[in-house]
Amino acid sequence: MAGVTVANVSRSFGAHQALDDVSIDFPDGGFYALLGPSGSGKTTLLRQIAGFDFPDTGRIAIGGESVERVPVEKRRIGMVFQNYALFPNMSVADNVAFGLSVRGEPKAMIATEVRRALDLVQLGKLGGRRPHQLSGGQRQRVALARAIVTKPRVLLLDEPLGALDKALRVDMQIELKRIQREIGITTIFVTHDQEEALTMSDRIGILRDGRLVQEGPPEEIYDRPQSEFAATFLGDANIFRGDATGSGIKLPDGTTIAASTGASVPAGAKASCAVRPERIQISTGAAKPDVGNANMLTGQVSKRIFAGNNSTYFVDREGQTLKVIVQNTGAERLAEGQPVVLSWSPESTVLIAA
Amino acid sequence: MADQLAIGSRRGLRPALPLLLPAYLWLTVAIFLPLSAMVFFSFMTDLPLAGKEWAFTLGNYAAFFSQGLYSTLLLASLRLGLEVTLWCVVIGYPAAYVLAKVLKGRSREAIFLLVILPFWSNGLVRIFSWAMVLREGGILDTALNAVLPFKINIDLMYSYPAVIIGLVHSYVPYMVLTCYLTLQAIDDSLIEAGRSLGASRLQVLKRVIIPLSMPGLIAGAALIFVPVVGSFMEPRILGGRTGTFYGTVIEDQFVAVFNWPLGAALSFILLAVVLIILALAAPVLRRAG
Ligand SMILES: Nc1ncnc2c1ncn2[C@@H]1O[C@H](COP(=O)(O)OP(=O)(O)OP(=O)(O)O)[C@@H](O)[C@H]1O
Ligand SMILES: [Mg+2]
Repeated sequence: MAGVTVANVSRSFGAHQALDDVSIDFPDGGFYALLGPSGSGKTTLLRQIAGFDFPDTGRIAIGGESVERVPVEKRRIGMVFQNYALFPNMSVADNVAFGLSVRGEPKAMIATEVRRALDLVQLGKLGGRRPHQLSGGQRQRVALARAIVTKPRVLLLDEPLGALDKALRVDMQIELKRIQREIGITTIFVTHDQEEALTMSDRIGILRDGRLVQEGPPEEIYDRPQSEFAATFLGDANIFRGDATGSGIKLPDGTTIAASTGASVPAGAKASCAVRPERIQISTGAAKPDVGNANMLTGQVSKRIFAGNNSTYFVDREGQTLKVIVQNTGAERLAEGQPVVLSWSPESTVLIAA
Repeated sequence: MADQLAIGSRRGLRPALPLLLPAYLWLTVAIFLPLSAMVFFSFMTDLPLAGKEWAFTLGNYAAFFSQGLYSTLLLASLRLGLEVTLWCVVIGYPAAYVLAKVLKGRSREAIFLLVILPFWSNGLVRIFSWAMVLREGGILDTALNAVLPFKINIDLMYSYPAVIIGLVHSYVPYMVLTCYLTLQAIDDSLIEAGRSLGASRLQVLKRVIIPLSMPGLIAGAALIFVPVVGSFMEPRILGGRTGTFYGTVIEDQFVAVFNWPLGAALSFILLAVVLIILALAAPVLRRAG
């Protein structure tokens, strides 16, 4: 097992800079999610780590050993592809055995290892089948078993659950996480599903246009995004833009918003504030807001979306639509068109330098 | 799934009939009728032309077994077919691989055109241009002597290698095309998966790519082997006196000796032998894949 270090890696295709000076430490035994919009360079970064492609500049190390010029087959990595990439001419067992057999391991050892790997992904009985006789979820498990049976130093997955439907996907998320814990392998997981990234990983790295925007544990990125992009890409956020006051910002209409988390921005500079929709309290104005809710705005409900355990209110205010999510506690529901008071605390407000 | 398929085919066949009809008509007129006439001829003593006497006989088939020459020539032709097919694999498969997996865009189109070109040129022109290249004092001879410091004589004309070269040139496009199609269908991620599991490029080729391209290799081999065994033009023009093969003997019966019944009988024996060989070889090759 080993950690992975990517240091100042850049890679261009013609005039297009797919990776621009990316540096990330992937901790040993951790589960790391690479998140970003389409075309942000996630796959390109994963391919550099795997060794399918080499960086123009920068360093890549696996377990402390520099590998940036080592070809794939010598890197001892395991890779799971989005389309599974199972060998259609081989049985499930032969697929799983492939990595051990090209290494020339003894037959008896291969048989035990293959059985153990198939048991681990709960496919013990299907070794004799051909890939085309399996369901999508089962193929995914075979691909996983095949990737880990060789005891690689790192497990790389490129949107492995992208082709599965929602229910199966949640099952596979749990399964994948269980297997990863069980063998304790350093795992790098590419996804553009932010929920998947939040629930599965120990750390998240957000990429945009080939640059690393922010990285850290999921809670940290969610609670203290360092850019408007990070705030809106990982979860939902209401963004207010104005001039920094030293303790928050002043909106163009003169309203001040107090913020006590996030960056420190010198007074007078442009800055913005991000507030998560579930942190905002919404009321008709008759009830007093919670103590400590120093930030207060008035507006009008323009739309309500009921989603069972919660409701989302869209509130119009000064040409901006704010989003508020309220748990369904049985309290009275607000009608569309109703004037409302929004309030939240400075602790829930993240200051972001422009 | 099976239900769906059954419904699909039940619904699918009837409306398709008018569409299939022209094809069946064409097959009947263009292939079935002439072929039946030939079967008929092969059992006759002479052609029923200009009031000649004729009767039914098995003698034409018996001739093949009574005269050792025919089976010797058939063996030589089978060997020729095998050798040409092997050369086509050796040359055509790597070319198809490069076309399908290495080249992209413009350069792929250009090379493809070069591969297909022999298809579009007239067979006789192709063969005679080889004759110009291969004969003593021809293009190859002159070119090599111009480059090499010592004198050598290249006269491949009227030899077995000349026949092989001509035939391989004519038939290698089939192998390139069939292999290209199967190689094209192999997802690149399979190659990457193989390498990520520690396999070298050669191991991936042996264990993944070649087995998956077996259908193309088999189709190409069948498309080449069958006509080469019966070929007569290349052996006659490029082989000269060494170019007597089973196909040239059949041709002689039709155009020189005017013994159509014997020619027809020899053709059907060839057809039977080739079909038996294909039937025997197919499962073996498929298992190898
Ligand atoms: N081999 C290549 N040649 C040219 N451009 C490439 C190549 N590979 C990637 N790119 C470009 O690099 C950029 C990043 O691509 P990449 O595949 O890494 O994106 P991604 O984040 O994985 O996106 P997605 O979520 O859609 O998979 C894209 O603009 C893409 O067009
Ligand atoms: Mg991608």
